[in-house]
Amino acid sequence: MTNAPTEAINIARRQPYPGAPDNWKRFFTFSTDHKVIGIQYIVTSFIFFLIGGLLSMIMRGELVTPEANLVDRTIYNALFTMHGSIMLFLWTFPVLVGLGNYLVPLMIGARDMAFPRLNAVSFWMIPIVGILMLASFLVPGGPSQSGWWAYPPVSLQNPTGNLINGQVLWILAVAISGVSSIMGGVNFVTTIFKMRAPGMTWFRTPAFVWSVLAAQLIQLYGLPALTAGAVMLLLDLTVGTSFFAPERGGNPILYQHFFWFYSHPAVYVMVLPVFGIFSEVFPVYARKPLFGYRVVAVSSVMITGISALVWVHHMYASGTPGWMRILFMFTTLLVAVPTGVKVFAWVATVWGGKLRLNTAMLFALGGLVNFVFSGITGVMLGSVPIDIHVNNTYFVVGHFHYVIYGAIVFGIYAGLYHWFPKMTGRMYYEGLGKVHFALTLAGTWLCFLPMHFSGLMGMPRRVSSYDPEFALWNVLASLGGFLLGMSTLPFILNMVSSWIQGEKAPNNPWKAIGLEWLTTSPPPVENFEEIPTVISPPYGYGKDEPLIANQAEVVPADGVTT
Amino acid sequence: MNIRAILTISIFVAFLTIASFWVAGQAPSWFPPQASAESKLYDELFSILSGIGTFIFLGIALVLLYAVLFQRAAKYDDGDGPSIEGNTAIEVIWTIIPLGLVLWIATYSYQIYDTMAVRGPMELVHLHNPMEMKTALAVPLDEVKPQLPTEEIDVTAKQWAWVFRYPNNVTSTELHLPVDHRIRLALHSDDVLHGFYVPAFRLKQDVIPNKTIDFEFTPIRVGKYRLRDSLYSGTYFAANQADVVVESAEDYDRWLAMAANQTPTPAYNPASAEYNRASEKTLVRGWESVPPAPPPVVNFAPKQEPTSPPA
Repeated sequence: MTNAPTEAINIARRQPYPGAPDNWKRFFTFSTDHKVIGIQYIVTSFIFFLIGGLLSMIMRGELVTPEANLVDRTIYNALFTMHGSIMLFLWTFPVLVGLGNYLVPLMIGARDMAFPRLNAVSFWMIPIVGILMLASFLVPGGPSQSGWWAYPPVSLQNPTGNLINGQVLWILAVAISGVSSIMGGVNFVTTIFKMRAPGMTWFRTPAFVWSVLAAQLIQLYGLPALTAGAVMLLLDLTVGTSFFAPERGGNPILYQHFFWFYSHPAVYVMVLPVFGIFSEVFPVYARKPLFGYRVVAVSSVMITGISALVWVHHMYASGTPGWMRILFMFTTLLVAVPTGVKVFAWVATVWGGKLRLNTAMLFALGGLVNFVFSGITGVMLGSVPIDIHVNNTYFVVGHFHYVIYGAIVFGIYAGLYHWFPKMTGRMYYEGLGKVHFALTLAGTWLCFLPMHFSGLMGMPRRVSSYDPEFALWNVLASLGGFLLGMSTLPFILNMVSSWIQGEKAPNNPWKAIGLEWLTTSPPPVENFEEIPTVISPPYGYGKDEPLIANQAEVVPADGVTT
Repeated sequence: MNIRAILTISIFVAFLTIASFWVAGQAPSWFPPQASAESKLYDELFSILSGIGTFIFLGIALVLLYAVLFQRAAKYDDGDGPSIEGNTAIEVIWTIIPLGLVLWIATYSYQIYDTMAVRGPMELVHLHNPMEMKTALAVPLDEVKPQLPTEEIDVTAKQWAWVFRYPNNVTSTELHLPVDHRIRLALHSDDVLHGFYVPAFRLKQDVIPNKTIDFEFTPIRVGKYRLRDSLYSGTYFAANQADVVVESAEDYDRWLAMAANQTPTPAYNPASAEYNRASEKTLVRGWESVPPAPPPVVNFAPKQEPTSPPA
């Protein structure tokens, strides 16, 4: 598909190819429309979010009492393995790819992604990954029980002796998910480099697009290491090679390097797009330009660079020599600088504005506060002596759930609410949204704050039973966990009922600045009748300047869908 | 900037400072007892970092809270706020200060780490060590722990037991240590990765198969503490614990002599006990597990689960 502005649009053609379904059925087809694919990603991954959440609630049920008495230990170990794997590979990554898929072409004024068919293939690998992961519950011996890290030698121990076992299925699923993500990375990077609308220079490109670019560059340099590590692990497990198996002369620590070389930057793959969402949401609801936009944009790419050099901080306790511990402590703590710059910029954006506290803004503000908290515990963990005590304890579990739930999931919710009118053409219910926010915020702090204390007292992560001294903190965390489970109900109710019978949304319900708001809600198949020419930087709040040439004529009237 | 703004900011900073000192003062109470020389250094560092963290967190959160409470748009006001796009001076300041702060934290952590010197000499001697110059400049180990007697103990981790071998070839499943001695452990694993972790010592080291890892520390407080496996090691990982008994040098020697006179017997092993109970069960079983190693046969063989009191 070309992006030439001269390309004529057939107004009558509502779908990417003749005969394509024009109703809900299009979400079950091999559609090449980035908007359909974006929603396919978001809805599919949300289903896996619910599955992963149910697994974690069984875990929290087990951890209400110190003894291992709700489920067998093997089942608990499978639960935490699958909880982590599903939440990362089937929820956080794909939902953010979905948001990026939906928004990036609209924000840069393109008609679609650079490779629409590749895009559809990337998506349709996700259900395969999900089926493999869930099918592993049904094979003899159960699913993988080696944690989402799958560290050898535990991951190479195969008590059933079967060739097809949970661990093999897990490795296959992760490898397929990696291939899907690499294809997505190629697609995003190409799209952002080559298909920005005329006049959209780098410093007229929205911060969200910058952050997606920064995240997808990590996929391109990092994922090959993990995928290669996974293939070696698969060979060790199935045909008896000796890359990592110590009894055959392999080195299990080598796997940890392959794994974390990608899996630490992977945190930034997840958090960078959320930074982008914050950068989009705060200006709209504070009615002020993004403070220090250029620095915020460039700091995303700096994070991409630094994040490639920090992975050993996961291995401070893994027999890592002293000089490596110290070197990686310095690089790790340096990440705090560009992220700190972003945090201060968001606070300065909000400060002195005219705040509108609707659901998207509340989630963004909550996510920012949670992120600051997790950043502080993150700096603590980066310090070698601190980490030597709390490494592999619940302190780490608390820390990364503040990142992943407190910051990333909050940011995802902020983005979903903010762009819901654009995606569906309907408004959501603010009241339900605010209930959802209140429950999520309370659940997050109640579930994850106590984990820091049990961790400082010395409770290791991944335990199916624990000593009675940790009971109080675990009961609190379990209550919070169940509250988080409940908190999804108003969200689901809101999304489903609003999409079906919500109030019709205008083109730009939030009076936001951005190309995606200059087309209809939902946008037509190829997004814009005419490719816009950008003439201003992206956050001109308080200036009353048009974003694109001939803005008054180009923008369709409300309610007109092509 | 007028007097009122300066006054407000001063009061705000004073409040943040008081709150930070309060949290820093609370921090040591979140930990188990300080049973090793290293734990004192550790708690001091953690206390400082939690004070700094409180200052930053409360500072940002309260500014946002103020904005949320007092800077909302009035009803029916859908106008924009001031068009402030940035301020180079402020942006430079908030880049330089965090940079200086994290470099200071890293340097200070390095000094603490160097004073702890927890990795044994085998690990610290890296001839091509880029940090070697710095190591020479930092406080030498001898100055911190002058002429402490040493004790060398061999540790074996397995699925799922800990076995300790003392200089006179006595073995036990309970780790006995003489207080105020520099302890040198040699850590081995029989099967998978394990983690040697005694929270009261604030120390942890992964144990790696086919590798001997030297690990040093100095217990300074008599008492009974808990050793936990900190790196996930399979089905009975959570049950892989042992007692650590820190006692006076005389008690330690007496214990060694007593244990040397006992013929080795199988110690109680929670993992294999639970595995055998599970195997007898016919109804709801979990999935197949790697069978636990048989209970270790040792001179000093406790017949019950670890009994160290809650921290």
